[in-house]
This record gives sequence, structure tokens and C-alpha cells, in this order.
Amino acid sequence: MRPLTYSRATDVQDAIALATAQPATAFLAGGTTEVDLIRAGISASEHLVDINELPLRQVEDLADGGLRIGALARMNDVARTASVVQRYPAISRALLLGASEQLRNMASMGGNLRQRTRCAYLRDGVSPCNKREPGSGCAALEGFNRGHAIFGTSEYCIATHPSDVAVALVAFDAVIRTVGPDGERAIAFDDFFLLPGDTPQLEHPIAPGELIVGIDVPGAPIARGSVYLKFRDRQSYEFALVSVAAAIEVDDGLVSGVRIALGGVGTKPWRARRAEAALVGQPPDEASFRSAAAAELADAVVREHNAFKVELAQRAIVRGLVHSLQGRQS
Amino acid sequence: MTSVEEAVTKVPVPLEINGRQEVVVLEPRVSLLDALREHLDLTGSKKGCDQGTCGSCTVWIDGRRVLACLTLAVAAAGHEIVTIEGLADGDQLHAMQRAFIEYDAFQCGYCTSGQIMSAVKVIEEGNATTDEDISEYMSGNICRCAAYPNIRAAIRHVRDQAGGRS
Repeated sequence: MRPLTYSRATDVQDAIALATAQPATAFLAGGTTEVDLIRAGISASEHLVDINELPLRQVEDLADGGLRIGALARMNDVARTASVVQRYPAISRALLLGASEQLRNMASMGGNLRQRTRCAYLRDGVSPCNKREPGSGCAALEGFNRGHAIFGTSEYCIATHPSDVAVALVAFDAVIRTVGPDGERAIAFDDFFLLPGDTPQLEHPIAPGELIVGIDVPGAPIARGSVYLKFRDRQSYEFALVSVAAAIEVDDGLVSGVRIALGGVGTKPWRARRAEAALVGQPPDEASFRSAAAAELADAVVREHNAFKVELAQRAIVRGLVHSLQGRQS
Repeated sequence: MTSVEEAVTKVPVPLEINGRQEVVVLEPRVSLLDALREHLDLTGSKKGCDQGTCGSCTVWIDGRRVLACLTLAVAAAGHEIVTIEGLADGDQLHAMQRAFIEYDAFQCGYCTSGQIMSAVKVIEEGNATTDEDISEYMSGNICRCAAYPNIRAAIRHVRDQAGGRS
């Protein structure tokens, strides 16, 4: 592990000043990604600015019935906040199905959004990986790619975005609020995660020293009946092969509103807009759900070991919609 | 010319561990786990994976179970740390420690201190109602000897003894 310097920020402006004072500086929140990746030699950070004393841990009500989640709120605290459980059960469930209790006690919401892929070829430090070493190639293309993405991929990278809660947040059109050297910004959730294209090393449209301060989740009555389902190789403490956040509303016997997002299949948290568009105005039955799911998966690009995700994702969408329709909790 | 190693600045890090104030002089990159094991002679917390996946380094910070391997010691300054060494009351073992012995909840023992630090909390958190819950909320502690059934039995025993509290 390379040597580090460490400083504690006292407020947001102090944090930004410290983070922009020298290159190779990263913010330290829960540390579950950053410390791990520095030790593994993947993160090049040489200076850490500890932001844990910043007052960014609250979950507050927004005027439209939505929530403002502080960037330093811990995953476990957000998952168990009554307003989250009641208004956005899929967010709570996604958080509780991620990582382990110890990691959820440590990991912050802002850090969750900036966590990096668990692609083994990024982490091993030696395989060709365009994220780690641009231009070196992508070992996953012809390698063991069972866990890799089928949406948003390129010939440069097929790494899956690992977050669970980001899947629920993209379904509800969350907005990421930042403060940086150039002031405050609000970034639409979908825009915060860049597709790999030919620059997979660029993951977020965020400037050096720019700090996530919070996540706004707009008010959405449909979200009260939302579910999050996760399918994985073991029952607990494992990343998703496929996951789904789903919520559906029916009016006069037809689908009037629907939200669907997928995890484990995209290079970014994947909002299933095609499936949503296909469903509105249709009867809320399994045939419609199946047909909408098929529309979403039509453009999937599979590799040698991950073709099973196409069928699994369709079944996940159908089950997620059925569970939301039936008012199940998960 | 100074090498990078020589240029590294060590800093005094005040740590409150098991109710005692300690000051260790460390590089900022040193994990809490290494500070405990290598600098404070508290070797009960174990280093299994050193990457936050096995749970054998589980300690409590401000009353919550966390991983000492992914915590920098310098970042833990100002917080209350409890390790497995702080669990017993003198020679009187904690109920969970006794239960692990009684129910043979380990084989090689390497993961055991982390298992116990999690097990106490899983009851305190109210997540030990069913075996399914115990498995789910203990999933961050891996046991390569697969002593899981006996670990669950020990947790059930303490849960029932304590009427749901630790």
C-alpha cells in the first residue's frame, strides 16, 4: 500500500479546498471502496480528505413529498429510516440486500454511487483493463464474463455497475447534488453514470474536488408500492446477477404508470425505459409484462458466459411487476 | 535524496480502545486492524482477507459493528472502539463467548472473534428472531470450517437466555 497523507475537513468548503490543493486527492467517507482500492493498487489516491465530520447524514423531507438523502448517511441508516421504508420501499430493500451488515454500517450513500465495478480483471492489477490502463484492452471480452453486462457495453469495457440502491434510485429519477470549486450542481441520476464507450476510465461527469453532498428523490406516489428483487449465486452478501426495481400503478384496468430499472446487467444502473413505454395503457397481466420485458431485452449484447441474463432479466421484470401489483413487500 | 518511505510522516493517533486511551504513532495508511494487532498487541481481531469480505476483523466503533481492515486507524481517532478483548468482564466471559464454547461454534477458531463481535450485535439489533434472519445478518462473517449451524445455535441460546437482548 502506497503512503498516504490524511486530513479532516471541517465543512464542505474546507473539504473542497483540501481536495483541490494537490492532485491524486480523494474524499474519504466510509472507506469501503477507497481504502480497499488503494490497498489493491487500483486507486492512485495519495491524499485523503476525511469528510465524515461534515453535517451530511440526514434524510429530510422535500416539499413535493420526496426525500433529500445526505451523502454521508450510512446505507443501514437510510434503509431503516421510516420515510424511506414507507415512501420508497425499493430503496430500503435494495440497501438491505447489498453487502453485509458491517459494510452497510460503514458505507455512505455518496460513496455507494462512486463505488467501482467488481470486475475481477480491473482488480487483479495485471490483466488488460481499459478502466485501469486505457488502451490495454479488455480481458473480460473473451474471458470469464458470467457476471458482466449485457446493456451499455462497448468493445472497450463490459464491466457491470455493482450498486443495488442505484437501481432503485434511477427508477425514481433521483438527482445527485454536488458542490465543487465551480459551485453547486444538480446532476440527473442517469447522467451521473457514463457509458464506457471508448473511454471506460471516465465513470462520472465530476470534476476534481467536486463533492456529492446529497441525493434528492422526487416525490412519487407510485414508489410506495415499489419492490426490489435480487437474484444471485448465493443467498446473501453477493452481487446481483440480475436485480430489478419495479413499481406499477393501474387506473381503470390499464397500466397508468410504471417504473422499472435493472441491476447486474448494465454498465450503469439500467432504467428500462422501453419496457415502461411498452406497458403504459396495457392491461396489467403477465402477457403484457412478458412482452414489455422482451422489448427491453431485444438489444442485449451477450458474451460467452452471460447469455443467461437475457431470460433471467425478463423473468425478473415480470416477477417484480407482479409483486408490485400484488402489494408484496419484496 | 530522500526515499518515499523516509519522507512519510508518522502522526500521533489517539485511540479509545476498550475504554482505555491509547496513543500510537502511525503512518496514515495504517489500518485500524494493523494498529490493533501490530502496535497495541491486541491480536484477537484477525486478518483474514484484508479487503472487507471475510468479517474476521469485525470490531465495534461507536457501538456499531464495522470492519477494522477497511478503517484507517487515523480515521478512528475520536471514536469509541471495542474489540474482542473488551468483551469479557475481567475473567468473566461474555455470554456469547460462553455460548460459543458450549455449542462448539468453531473449529479452527480464526474467524471466531469476528463471529462473536457480530453475534452480540445481531441480537442487539433485533435481527436474531429466526434462523433465516440470523443467517442473513451474520452473512458478513465467513467461516471456512462451516461451523454455521453451531454458530446459529450459540446465538439462539444467548437470544433465548436474554429474552431477545444481549
